[in-house]
Amino acid sequence: MNQTPDSIAADRQIGAGALHAARDAATHPHQPGAAVQLEDASLAIAGRRIWTDLSLTIARGEFLVVIGPNGAGKTSLLRVLLGLVPLVRGRALVHGEVPRRGHPAIGYIPQQRAFDPEIPLRGRDLVGMGLDGHRWGISVRPAAHRARVDRILDLVGARGYADAPIGRLSGGEQQRLRIAQALIGDPSLLLCDEPLLSLDLHSQAVVVELIARWSRERDATVIFVTHDINPVLRLAHRILLLTGARWGVDTPDRMLTTETLSSLYGVPVDVVRHRDRVAVLGVDVGGHDPVPHAEHGS
Amino acid sequence: MTSLWGYAFVHHAIMVGMITAVVAGAVGYFVTARNMGFAVHGLAEMGFTGAAGAVLAGVAPEVGLLSACLLAALAIGLLGVRLRERDVAIGTVLAFGLGLGVLFLVLYTRYATEAFSILFGAILAVDAQDVVRSAVIGALVLAALLLVYRPLQFASIDPAVAEARGIPVRLMSVVFLLVLALAVAEAVQVVGVLLIVTLLITPAGAARRLTAQPGLAILYSTLIAAGVTVGGIVGAVYTSWPVSFFVSTLSLLAYLAARLGARPARA
Ligand SMILES: Nc1ncnc2c1ncn2[C@@H]1O[C@H](COP(=O)(O)OP(=O)(O)O)[C@@H](O)[C@H]1O
Ligand SMILES: [Mg+2]
Repeated sequence: MNQTPDSIAADRQIGAGALHAARDAATHPHQPGAAVQLEDASLAIAGRRIWTDLSLTIARGEFLVVIGPNGAGKTSLLRVLLGLVPLVRGRALVHGEVPRRGHPAIGYIPQQRAFDPEIPLRGRDLVGMGLDGHRWGISVRPAAHRARVDRILDLVGARGYADAPIGRLSGGEQQRLRIAQALIGDPSLLLCDEPLLSLDLHSQAVVVELIARWSRERDATVIFVTHDINPVLRLAHRILLLTGARWGVDTPDRMLTTETLSSLYGVPVDVVRHRDRVAVLGVDVGGHDPVPHAEHGS
Repeated sequence: MTSLWGYAFVHHAIMVGMITAVVAGAVGYFVTARNMGFAVHGLAEMGFTGAAGAVLAGVAPEVGLLSACLLAALAIGLLGVRLRERDVAIGTVLAFGLGLGVLFLVLYTRYATEAFSILFGAILAVDAQDVVRSAVIGALVLAALLLVYRPLQFASIDPAVAEARGIPVRLMSVVFLLVLALAVAEAVQVVGVLLIVTLLITPAGAARRLTAQPGLAILYSTLIAAGVTVGGIVGAVYTSWPVSFFVSTLSLLAYLAARLGARPARA
């Protein structure tokens, strides 16, 4: 396991996810160094409760893995931090501010299906959008724009296919370009929504390594939603489990135990460790099959 | 034969045709990127109803066409209606609109030629005033596209990230629908309601086969649209067959040629 930033250790008291433990955190004052703070945050969509009284402080540089069954509100958590969905109660802070759309310090890798093979777009165009796609008009400094896009393409090793139609690339290649798109704005907070979905093992490793390297070198915070913990197990400082009714957050060692997971899921589950891998039996840990998930409300 | 080129109506037709082609080619890129083929049909059909209603009310059909297209676009955009082929409700409303248009025209049988020109285009009948109107609308469309180019592109191709980056995705839809309404009204003059696809979708569909670079795709799309439009006018002037026939034939040929021509392989 990676070194844990000091400030994270202090937050461990939230403990293994009993609802009551959350109360403590609610009385915590705002922590100036925190990347993300949730205080008694509750979310409901269309009148339905998604998660309730979520309290969590994520330190700068922390790698937080988020797991939970489909529909538990993992994507919605990211959308709250992006300023796209309001909480019904409590508060969320990103770098000490109320979440707002278009925050320049956030890089976002959406839960995404593959691009239409016919789409008239190259990889470098997708990456370029991450840089200035939100500005009016057309690009006025194409040379500077291009240089910056090239630099980030080199960083993720996607330069070789950046001029090909993006829809013709493999899932792993498309995901590298999505990472480049998220990184080009120099984010200090990366929100990754199931970025390993339907990737082969090699591509999964590449994606994880790119995100981990960015986090390490920039001291960037990562919130990483995944259906399979194993590819990020050695990077995770903490795991947040959302189950709908309950939630819990703790270090992987303390979270991934039969007792903790059984109490959070409310049904008996077995945690089996084999070498470096963990298997949770008896319940869906995350988005189960690597099936493209329909976007909500788009 | 060549003497025909001395006539003002041919010049007018070429001018309106060129303006329309540039507009349709550029807008068509976004129509294909946003998968909005059905909206093109829908707006054109509402435009027909509006034009027919205008004829009935004694107003110029162009006015009815334009206002119906814009109103329909605004309604679709503000209500957030999703235009999908499968949507029975929308299909039914559109068919009702067309039926209403047919009634309007039959009530005034002397306007049968009007109906024909709205349905199939009447580019050879445009006058100097039409040229001016087309130029103004065309300039408006291109200026709007230029202004929103980057956020529209982002919202069209990658809506999830665009939204997170603070782009008003809904507003972009409304803006694009209004731009599309203007483009539809322009293109109806050339090929009519029923053949609208031939200018607003086919050239862009051919262009995306030739390149994946957005700027180039828009350029190719406008060039193809211009080529088939001018070709159609020339064909019609020489044969006195309908312009729409030539435009749709050339458009099909361009599309087939683009499909058969190899798409750029992976770099
Ligand atoms: N825009 C929306 N409209 C209606 N329901 C939504 C919307 N977005 C999310 N939901 C619902 O909220 C719940 C949580 O969704 P989501 O955050 O996508 O879960 P997860 O990512 O954990 O699978 C789901 O039940 C989903 O159906
Ligand atoms: Mg999700």
